[in-house]
Amino acid sequence: MEYNLELVMPRYKIVRDKERCINCGACARQCANEAHVIYDDGTVHSIDENCVNCQRCVCLCPAHALHITKYPLEFCENANWTSEAIQEVYTQAKTGGVLLSGMGNPKPYPIYWDKMLLNASQVTNPSIDPLREPMETVTILGRKPDCVKMKNGAITSKLPPQIKLSMPIMFSAMSFGSISLNAQKSLAMAAKKMGTLFNTGEGGLHRDFYPYADCAVVQVASGRFGVHKQYLEAARMIEIKIGQGAKPGIGGHLPGGKVNEEVSATRMIPAGADAISPAPHHDIYSIEDLRQLIYSLKEVTEYKKPVAVKIAAVHNSAAIASGIARAGADVIVMDGYRGGTGAAPTRIRDNVGIPIELALAAVDSRLREEGIRHNVSLVVAGSIRNSADIVKAIALGADAVYIASSALMALGCHMCRTCNTGKCNWGIATQRPDLVKRLNPEVMHLRAANLLNAWNHEIKEILGGMGINAIESLRGNRLMLRGIGLTQKELDILGIKHAGE
Amino acid sequence: MKIAAEHKPFAQVNEEFREAIKHHKVIDIEDARGQKYLAIGAKHGVTVNIYGTPGNDMAAFLSGAKVEVFGNAQDQVGNTMDGGEIIIHGRVGDAAGYAMRDGVIFAKNECGYRCGIHMKEYRAKKPVIVIGGGAGSFLGEYMAGGTIVLLGIGCDIENGAMGYCCGTGIHGGRMYIRGAAPPHKLSRECCVCECDADDMQAIAKYVKRYCEYFGADFDEIMKAPFKKIVAASSRPYNNIYCSNKA
Repeated sequence: MEYNLELVMPRYKIVRDKERCINCGACARQCANEAHVIYDDGTVHSIDENCVNCQRCVCLCPAHALHITKYPLEFCENANWTSEAIQEVYTQAKTGGVLLSGMGNPKPYPIYWDKMLLNASQVTNPSIDPLREPMETVTILGRKPDCVKMKNGAITSKLPPQIKLSMPIMFSAMSFGSISLNAQKSLAMAAKKMGTLFNTGEGGLHRDFYPYADCAVVQVASGRFGVHKQYLEAARMIEIKIGQGAKPGIGGHLPGGKVNEEVSATRMIPAGADAISPAPHHDIYSIEDLRQLIYSLKEVTEYKKPVAVKIAAVHNSAAIASGIARAGADVIVMDGYRGGTGAAPTRIRDNVGIPIELALAAVDSRLREEGIRHNVSLVVAGSIRNSADIVKAIALGADAVYIASSALMALGCHMCRTCNTGKCNWGIATQRPDLVKRLNPEVMHLRAANLLNAWNHEIKEILGGMGINAIESLRGNRLMLRGIGLTQKELDILGIKHAGE
Repeated sequence: MKIAAEHKPFAQVNEEFREAIKHHKVIDIEDARGQKYLAIGAKHGVTVNIYGTPGNDMAAFLSGAKVEVFGNAQDQVGNTMDGGEIIIHGRVGDAAGYAMRDGVIFAKNECGYRCGIHMKEYRAKKPVIVIGGGAGSFLGEYMAGGTIVLLGIGCDIENGAMGYCCGTGIHGGRMYIRGAAPPHKLSRECCVCECDADDMQAIAKYVKRYCEYFGADFDEIMKAPFKKIVAASSRPYNNIYCSNKA
């Protein structure tokens, strides 16, 4: 009995306004976590401990009778032993398990995007009005040659494969398995509509998605799930996944419970079996080995597809990125420590890796110093929250960004951080058919497209304010950035001046 | 159609190969000197004979072709192959059949480390690796499906023809081991069992084919007993996590 004693208290309290509640039971039908129940007498009641605060019931209650608050629980906490730290100990003492969390690092580490300010034109070099003048956000990813030969206005030298995006924003890797088919389809449709790319993650490309393959980045990870010649040939770009920001140094692991028939068919493994992607690729132990994998992918696709290499931002990112560029990658993707995930060990997510802002600045500087920056495009990810983050990333040296958490928010995600349970009431991080069908790609892809559209317009506004009419002119233009409240060391790493300088 | 590999860089040999398979069904690559990616992604209906020593990632992403090597092969033979047949009249290096999903690899002699790592199967796609000699450590690591047959010819099979840590992380598929499968060479995720009639029938089929390719004595090989190694669980890491509700 005492062994089963539950010391972890509910996270949230469901507040039901009895005067408003009409006992319609909509909340009970909507909640996969079973936080609402209909009693035999027809009245509806709530069970706080099951609530994850995904807000599905709140949004769908026709009587607006529900709201959710933090559970009014006062631990004997102090600045060191927070209620979070105490409850994690309780959970591990009960289960003996490795703590698993969803979404990105929530800890109050510095957010450097918010410590950088952008410039604008005044009087000289006047600003440009993007509503009335052409403003270019087209972004071209790929290895650029050392020199280009032209004849009669046309390029005559053989160019490595290039990818033209309508804006410097792509949807980051989220596999079918970690997210639902409808969620991935929404992103694929939005990418196609807006002229950018989505990313299959390491879960393969579903047979119905081949019409979207020309806007797909396909991943090759250590488990090689769903990887075959047709998959590689169909894609617009191939991405070798070495690491991800939410769990640097850790592999992926889709639990067998989420491997249903469709996931099984796409990953090409038996239904119900664990899909294990170990931390290392067992054919990569060095930069030379990475080069071997890069060129195997180029050979099998006849050098028609750019090959990207994705790494987590870690201490030695600059040296690693230099190696990746020299290994022949066309694009380097770096994912910062705030990057999201369906599930990561809590301790890894919260303590491993470095901020993407610092890694980006360090890598861009290093590649420039070595004179190889043009050999590779730089894509960054790891909590890009809005268009200002994107503009700052590009000014620091990025070619484009990947977004994922915000893309899922466009589809209804409320950041409840329980993706790993597979009970997503919004039909995003789940494989349960009754939940998946709640997300209609025909409707929801428009919201993801709207987000891209809005951000792209904001980028144009900000560019115009700086007196710049093409995103190309902002790339690596760190004079457009000033630090605020940063130490000299931080300014040196970011390669920017302090505000007022 | 013959391609002389000789001193040419891999990109050139493979370019010539891609041109050649547009018009020919049988390609001989002669005097290979470690060029990588030979026969990469080659499709059904093509036969490739390689003389000399092919380099790493030979027949990677193979999609149905038959590749025969008259010599030794190096690392990652048949990396992520999706179908076809690879016959090696010699030894194979490390990580042969990495993540292969379908097709067969026959090696006359031994294999290096991590042979059959991440091998998987799906419905009718059931890959097979047959190794005539012994195996390096980590045979069948993370194995998720398919069949490995280890004959251990010329090895001390009483003490196990495999290296250490065999079947680390195995969660599917099966390995047939000629001779003993001693516990100190196996991972905790392995489960050793006796072969039943169906297993022996499967083994006999593969051994017969091995003997056809390499001229070995079927009866002599089948004299020794076989052990079967399978995964103790299809979800070996199911119980190590707990959901963090804090």
